[in-house]
Amino acid sequence: MSTVLQDPQTIETPNYLNAEYGWKSWLFTTDHKRIAVLYMISITVMFVLGGIFAGLIRLELLTPQGDLVNSDTYNKFFTMHGIIMVFFFLIPSIPATLGNFLVPMMIGAKDLAFPRINLLSWYIYIAGALFALIAIVMGGVDTGWTFYTPFSSTFSNTFVITAAVGVFIAGFSSILTGLNFIVTIHKMRAPGMTWGRLPLFVWAHYATSLIQVLGTPVVAITLALVGLERAFHIGIFDPAIGGDPILFQHMFWFYSHPAVYIMILPGMGVISELVSCFSRKAVFGYSFVAASSIGIAVIGFLVWGHHMFVTGMSMYASLYFSLLSFLVAVPSAIKVFNWTATMFRGSISYDTPMLYAFGFIGLFTIGGLTGLFLATLAVDVHVTDTYFVVAHFHYVMVGGMVLAYMGGLHFWWPKITGRMYPEGWAKFSALLVFVGFNLTFFPQFIAGYLGQPRRYHAYAPEFQVYNVLSTAGATVLGVGYIIPFIYFMWSLKYGPLAGNNPWKAKGLEWQTTSPPPTYNFETPPIVTEEAYAYAAHKEEHGG
Amino acid sequence: MPPPPWGGLPKQMQIPFLPEAASTTAASVDYLYYYLSAVTVVMSTLIFAAVFIFAIKYRRRSDDEIPEPIHGSLKLEIAWSVIPFLIMLTFFWWGAQIYFANASPPPDAMDVYAVGKQWMWKIQYPEGQREINELHVPVGRPVKVTLASEDVIHSFFIPAFRLKHDVVPGRYDSMWFTATKPGRYHLFCAEYCGTEHSGMVGWVTVMSEPDYENWLSNGGAEGTMVQQGERLFGQYGCSTCHQLDQQGRCPILRGVYGSRVQLNDGKTVLADDAYIRESILNPNAKIVAGYKSDVMPTYVNQINEEHLLQLIVYIKSLAITKAPGAVAAPGTEGKK
Repeated sequence: MSTVLQDPQTIETPNYLNAEYGWKSWLFTTDHKRIAVLYMISITVMFVLGGIFAGLIRLELLTPQGDLVNSDTYNKFFTMHGIIMVFFFLIPSIPATLGNFLVPMMIGAKDLAFPRINLLSWYIYIAGALFALIAIVMGGVDTGWTFYTPFSSTFSNTFVITAAVGVFIAGFSSILTGLNFIVTIHKMRAPGMTWGRLPLFVWAHYATSLIQVLGTPVVAITLALVGLERAFHIGIFDPAIGGDPILFQHMFWFYSHPAVYIMILPGMGVISELVSCFSRKAVFGYSFVAASSIGIAVIGFLVWGHHMFVTGMSMYASLYFSLLSFLVAVPSAIKVFNWTATMFRGSISYDTPMLYAFGFIGLFTIGGLTGLFLATLAVDVHVTDTYFVVAHFHYVMVGGMVLAYMGGLHFWWPKITGRMYPEGWAKFSALLVFVGFNLTFFPQFIAGYLGQPRRYHAYAPEFQVYNVLSTAGATVLGVGYIIPFIYFMWSLKYGPLAGNNPWKAKGLEWQTTSPPPTYNFETPPIVTEEAYAYAAHKEEHGG
Repeated sequence: MPPPPWGGLPKQMQIPFLPEAASTTAASVDYLYYYLSAVTVVMSTLIFAAVFIFAIKYRRRSDDEIPEPIHGSLKLEIAWSVIPFLIMLTFFWWGAQIYFANASPPPDAMDVYAVGKQWMWKIQYPEGQREINELHVPVGRPVKVTLASEDVIHSFFIPAFRLKHDVVPGRYDSMWFTATKPGRYHLFCAEYCGTEHSGMVGWVTVMSEPDYENWLSNGGAEGTMVQQGERLFGQYGCSTCHQLDQQGRCPILRGVYGSRVQLNDGKTVLADDAYIRESILNPNAKIVAGYKSDVMPTYVNQINEEHLLQLIVYIKSLAITKAPGAVAAPGTEGKK
């Protein structure tokens, strides 16, 4: 390593990073790859912020008394953790970074269909994030990320409108990204890149984009109505002025349930790429995996009522939402089975991205199966609004989504930066993340079934043992996040050169140089084979 | 759970794994939970084992190795879509059965009234007892809790009963249970409701029938809920217009509760708790046929939820003049 430190190799090929220098070349860029990097930096800042709030929550919950901060402060901690992580990290995470970088490259395009709208979406995101940050600096918000009425619209004394405006604005950035992807995937595919040859990452982003475009306006409207009620006392949700508080929940979850698929679908797309590459095999059941993304996007719009089984909603409505919630689990199950089957008779290597894919499959399986508990009416009545839900959600969102993002980052880092990271450290931190994650969130399933309600500043002493385990796990998880941050930064200057295709992966993005040139390909690619045709050469000769 | 013969661990070292089961629902939810957990363990073990075995067995042995492609199998796809879904249907069916059984209380359930208010539970009994953050119920008798909120959404959660129900302002909800085991159990607010949300907790005390009767006979100094409601009926001036035995300016309320009321727009409405609540707070919403609107003033912001419940219990008592003393039959609560 010391020789590397003394003599870092330099990348000579013209690429999107050395094409221009100076801050203006970044802030006014329309290159989807540079915008992806801008997003990557922004969401990392938000992730760190959201993570700090998570750390403070876990620190407070180490003891049952609620003795670190006062209740109002604690309530702001979990609210800001949720708002930042959901709206400013998870939703943009993979689509706006890896998706932005890779969707055009994977379909053989020079850029997205609307490069300037792409840049606009980043500025809109930043504007939204600034509002959220202003809300924090001014004193915070205490409504929970779900903004339930009439608490948020009438009773809370915190900066609800500022935070809601932030989320409202950020929503438009999400809509524009989705719109850009849909048009790009329809219109900009390279010759020969038929729908049946699209990488599953692209299919997942297509499905995600549909939800972003169709769902996000609804949450924008909902939050606007909360703002109107709060500012002008127009009775919409508060029964004291003629509104209906349950109406808010219907509107909020109509978006926010599909939104969890905005968060997880791109992660599933990443896993399809990783499992295929590190098994050197086409994804088993390509068309089923592609169709399941669309299935999730469609059915995902019809299950929002499963968040409301104890609100006094009609029991027949509950029945319908319960049944459809089981149905939406089927496409997710299809994906897990197909990834597993892809490994069958593959050539499996244990590079860091694949370790994250293993982790994803395990944790997403648990996250998905515990979702079935919540779809089961009588069990949901007991565990809803307890730590069981918190555990389930984090298994899907952190165990699933964040692991997929980490796996994707490690997989495409050599393409994005042209350099490799230290493999040993990467494997070690992947292990830390996996162990730390399970230690943090598995005990919460038990605490939840025991009855520990979520969003409790102080809790009954019998839950303490599980909370101590959780906090210990969160510490390990935190270290698991910090190590990659350090070695990624290190690799930018000192990492060994990666070459164009360090994993011997299929996919158009690996056929160009690393980092790619500004317009991605020296000559526009022509596609002549299916996705993941690892054995194409073999098939030709061997028959 | 009885202690094991060797005495078990000292209490401080016992790690709870399941909450106490103290209602008829608790046992059935637990069985379903065991079933779901068993399926979860089996399914995840199968998947983990497959991933683990494949990862070892098919590990890359040389860097230029290219395995034979396998493109998929329609039969397998159908199998692993349909079989899991059929298993899920058993979850669905079982869960729905318990949920439906819990949806409406048996006709002989005793009434208790709970009002959620930032940040406390105010409980009152038809017999007149009132308490804060404490609920006393007899063992073995179905209890129906009518839920109202003074401000934001709360949720009435008793883990030992495996039951919770949101308490939504502006309307009545209810839940019911039959406690099976004397003891003291947590009562939590499960819907985030502001600053002291985690302090909005109390205890449910399940008592033997004699203990409960004994408890009930102490207290209730202000009279039964019917008596309290009757007093309020006078205090708020209701009785000036709603006379009981002769026609005043407003409808006679005797016998109204539980009947179908003819409205002046031609519709009829069931006179249940929700209807009476609305008629007190927003009298012009539904006008009885033959009466004018704007005669009765609104009582919104003048009567708190506890008093509203007392008035409703009083009006309910007027419906059953033939059998005085009997506990009012529970109305069929309207669901919006």
